[in-house]
Amino acid sequence: MQQLLTTSLAGLTLGMVYAAFALALVLIWRSTRIVNFAQAPMAMITTYIALLIVDAGIPYWIGFVAALLSGLVLGAIIERVFIRPVEGKPEMNAIILTLGLFVVINAVAAIVFGSHYRSFPVPFGLRGFEVGDVTVALTGFDVFSICSVVVVMMLLLALFRYTDVGLKMRASAFNQEVSRMLGVKVTGMLTLGWALAAVVGSLSGLLIAGGDLVYPSYMDSVVVYGFVAAVLGGLDSPVGAVIGGLLLGLGLSVVSGYVGSELVPLAALSILIVVLLVRPSGLFSHATARRV
Amino acid sequence: MKSWTKRMTPIVGLVTVGALVTACGAGGRPSGGGDAAAVSAPETGITETSVTIGATFPLTGVAAPGYSEIPTGTQAYFDYVNAAGGVHGRQIDYIVRDDGYNPTTTSQVTNEFVFKDGVFAMLSALGTPTHRAVVDFLNGEKVPDLLVASGSRQWGDDPEAKPYTFGWQPDYEIEGKIIGQWVAENMPDAKVGLFLQDDDLGEDSERGLRPYIEDQIVEVQRYTSGNTDVAPQITALEAAGADLVLGFNVPSYTALSQLAAMKLNYDPQWFYANIGSDPALIGSLLSNFSKGAVAATNPLDGALTTEYMPGVDATDNAWVKLWQKVWDEHGEAGELTNYRIFGMSAAYTFVQALQAAGENPTREGIVDALEKMGGAAANPSLAPYRYSVDSHLGISGMRIVEINDGASDPLTPVLVTDLGDSPIEEDGSAADDGPPASGIPESAG
Amino acid sequence: MSRISSDSLKARLLRTPLRRNILGALIGLVIVIAVLESVGPFRQGQFATMAYLGIAVGGLTVLTGLNGQLSLGHGAFMAVGAYTTALIVHDAPKLLPLPVVMLLSMLATVVVGAVVGLAAARLHGPYIAGATLALAVAVPGIASFFGDTFGGEQGLSVAQPTVPAWFADAVYFLTAHDVSSSKYLAYLGWFGLIVTFVLLGNLSASRMGRTWRAVRDDAVAAEIAGINVGRARVTAFVVSAACAGLAGSVMVMVVRLAAPSGFTLTLSLSLLTAVVLGGLGSLVGALIGAALLTFLPQTITGLGLSVGLSDLQSAQLAPFAYGLTLVLVILLAPAGLVGTIRDAWHRRRSPDAPAIHHELHPKQETMQ
Repeated sequence: MQQLLTTSLAGLTLGMVYAAFALALVLIWRSTRIVNFAQAPMAMITTYIALLIVDAGIPYWIGFVAALLSGLVLGAIIERVFIRPVEGKPEMNAIILTLGLFVVINAVAAIVFGSHYRSFPVPFGLRGFEVGDVTVALTGFDVFSICSVVVVMMLLLALFRYTDVGLKMRASAFNQEVSRMLGVKVTGMLTLGWALAAVVGSLSGLLIAGGDLVYPSYMDSVVVYGFVAAVLGGLDSPVGAVIGGLLLGLGLSVVSGYVGSELVPLAALSILIVVLLVRPSGLFSHATARRV
Repeated sequence: MKSWTKRMTPIVGLVTVGALVTACGAGGRPSGGGDAAAVSAPETGITETSVTIGATFPLTGVAAPGYSEIPTGTQAYFDYVNAAGGVHGRQIDYIVRDDGYNPTTTSQVTNEFVFKDGVFAMLSALGTPTHRAVVDFLNGEKVPDLLVASGSRQWGDDPEAKPYTFGWQPDYEIEGKIIGQWVAENMPDAKVGLFLQDDDLGEDSERGLRPYIEDQIVEVQRYTSGNTDVAPQITALEAAGADLVLGFNVPSYTALSQLAAMKLNYDPQWFYANIGSDPALIGSLLSNFSKGAVAATNPLDGALTTEYMPGVDATDNAWVKLWQKVWDEHGEAGELTNYRIFGMSAAYTFVQALQAAGENPTREGIVDALEKMGGAAANPSLAPYRYSVDSHLGISGMRIVEINDGASDPLTPVLVTDLGDSPIEEDGSAADDGPPASGIPESAG
Repeated sequence: MSRISSDSLKARLLRTPLRRNILGALIGLVIVIAVLESVGPFRQGQFATMAYLGIAVGGLTVLTGLNGQLSLGHGAFMAVGAYTTALIVHDAPKLLPLPVVMLLSMLATVVVGAVVGLAAARLHGPYIAGATLALAVAVPGIASFFGDTFGGEQGLSVAQPTVPAWFADAVYFLTAHDVSSSKYLAYLGWFGLIVTFVLLGNLSASRMGRTWRAVRDDAVAAEIAGINVGRARVTAFVVSAACAGLAGSVMVMVVRLAAPSGFTLTLSLSLLTAVVLGGLGSLVGALIGAALLTFLPQTITGLGLSVGLSDLQSAQLAPFAYGLTLVLVILLAPAGLVGTIRDAWHRRRSPDAPAIHHELHPKQETMQ
């Protein structure tokens, strides 16, 4: 019983990390209709920025905020320089472009920061809570991760549902021509979408790094599972991203603990295939025009 | 649309001319860099002034952290030897190529070493799956394949099948035996959980352990390299009631298993195999996490491990003093680490063998030299080598130590053994030797 | 020979796509023999590598360029082919001739490809990308888990094939050179490549190829025109997977080992890189892409070392250059190398004509 509880809690926290990453993908998808494979290395860069600051003896939270801000800037720059030319082109161009950026950023980071392990500190303890004799395998940082992912999800929901900016972002992504005629500054909206998504991505990088080892390719597995989580949820829905992340985290943790860690990727594939066969556009996608 | 012919004719013509030129240009020369070199020099990869050797390491990708430091140590020691005039007047030219821990790439770059660079020998190529892709090829081409940086027993247990390949570090099986016997004698009531990497590291060491502690094992958990979430594995060990966990894992997974256990408030006695227990590395990694939040003791304190080479913490050891001196004089940026000591020790052993191979070394000659050198030579490790005509396995043993304040306190004398049923014996003969004053092995061998 | 008869000979030889392709294949064969006989064993090994990459990239070109489906998981199909070959050769080294082993490996991959293709045909865009991405990481995990069958992380080793006597005799008859094992593999790979490319070229020019392109250009219109869109997508997937299976079969003999660490996501992504570099939809481009994958890393790493970078930094230069090339090709020459050169050629020949605008879905190009 204790084992099942602990394994599930481990899956829950892991799932939240995937969810954070999936939220960033959803944000970009909603604002530009592009899947950003470079999300992971972008988050890795901003995490390294935070690590450099913390290692210099500056308090954790300053590093934390600096990482989010640099994410904002990085996202805007990447959109302006690299993504702008492929917007409105076939979607494959954008996918391949972001894959290229993925490789470039990883290599640059390995050259600049060196490829050795570094530990990323956490502002809270690393031990689980004890309730009587039972250990609840959640650390303070895990609780912080869960809360921040839920808050980000709420903020995104509110942004898209209740704010003017959110509406404009959605409109720009959906139909640039019409939006422009309606007076929306489309290019600004696209940049904003990327910048905000990069902030969320940076947050996910910080959450994964906290109390863990950091090296240039530490986000690589998150690329796969975070993306699978977003696809599970439907790429379109913040709630879907979080549910997808949780489903995946729980499933993978149970498979890892009871069957074998080698089968974790296969489990991810199986979950994805089953869900997509039932709902080809993910769990929470809105009905869209049939594209065949 | 233009007709196909019109468009293709110039291209076909161009390609044909190009092919003809290529064919004629290279036609006069016999194929193979090796043959060409053999005419002007006594042996492939050797000239009057140089010896060229190659090595494959993961310098990129997920296996790069840590392992990519090894060749920097090797290079520093060769620079040291070269600055002192080299070996028999020859400078050692050490080429490192990245294989990203991918056997496909290992195969390609090893081809390049053998056919294009014409190396004299391979030194300390790293990794079991990676090296498996090239070991038959190297033996087929009669290229000495020295001191493979992997603890798999397959590099030395069958010299007839692989006459040119030599292992170096103690294989995982004898480490398993030595740990198994110690646990059975000293902790007979412990309920043992195994935390194994899912490859030859886990398999070979389990084979060594089982005969001694078969009935003490309560749970076996395996992790896959690359999957960094080990909480499910540690949870299963805890649920089985294991109060002694034997970890046969790489260093990053020592840190990850400690973090997972902290989260669970699971506090068994830990016993990590040598490969995963670099106390300096793990200690600095783990204590970094605790900045401000947890008391700053080394979380590995009290854990057990084994040791076959003095590490950076043994600052008084004559070998470590030599390594420090070499690193200060010839190393690149960064501190001396145990990975770099590993690289330097292998480089030392290579120089030793090259000295022993005589004024005009041949590939056969260096193989003979290592086989004859056997356990007699002074070496940087604690236990003698096992090299002989019948075995190409490397260092024969280790001692069990407890980690305190990031340094290691010996609990046993040096214990040596061999594969299978061979007994475990004490042998301190290699533990107290030191390097020659010059820091370079004497040519008497 | 008079001008007229030479023209009519040409016309007769080139009348059908099949004849054109076979003529091209014969020319290719001569070039292959000339090149392989004139280079040393290191280059032979590289050419063998280029051959299996070329086969896989050619297959992916059909899927992505002609049918518009993106696969991030073709490395997984190579793994299926590679492990099939490894299992057969490992258990019964001399039982079957190699070409038969290669065919069986292709068949195994066809089965897997059909299953994946059926699932993928229901998905579009990023959803296919997600599913194939998961496939790329899942397949090596299966090999690790069933270690007793597939050799676990250590993998299954494959002995270098022995050269059949008739083959050695035939080559000696033609070139007066002996055939080493590595040269034999290079020949085997290139024969496979030539046969594959002839078949792919014919498929592309056939009714099926037109169906694939119609589905790529506008699936709704294709369906209205009576094309079974689902079937077109599945067939493209199966053909492309079969190529990857053959490539994996050659690869495992060249590498001499089938291990999970040989089939990482990087492999799948580099195949895609080659497709993009060459220009989606062109088999010549696929070959150029495979050549770049094979020869570029060594050159770039050497370049890095020669300007004084450390081993570690130079090693990172190769992925850096790949990534950068991908980005630049997409931004500056989205038609790929072949397409861009062809555009320039057209512009030079008819300067008044407007530049042919290439997207990554070249609409009128057929494969050659």
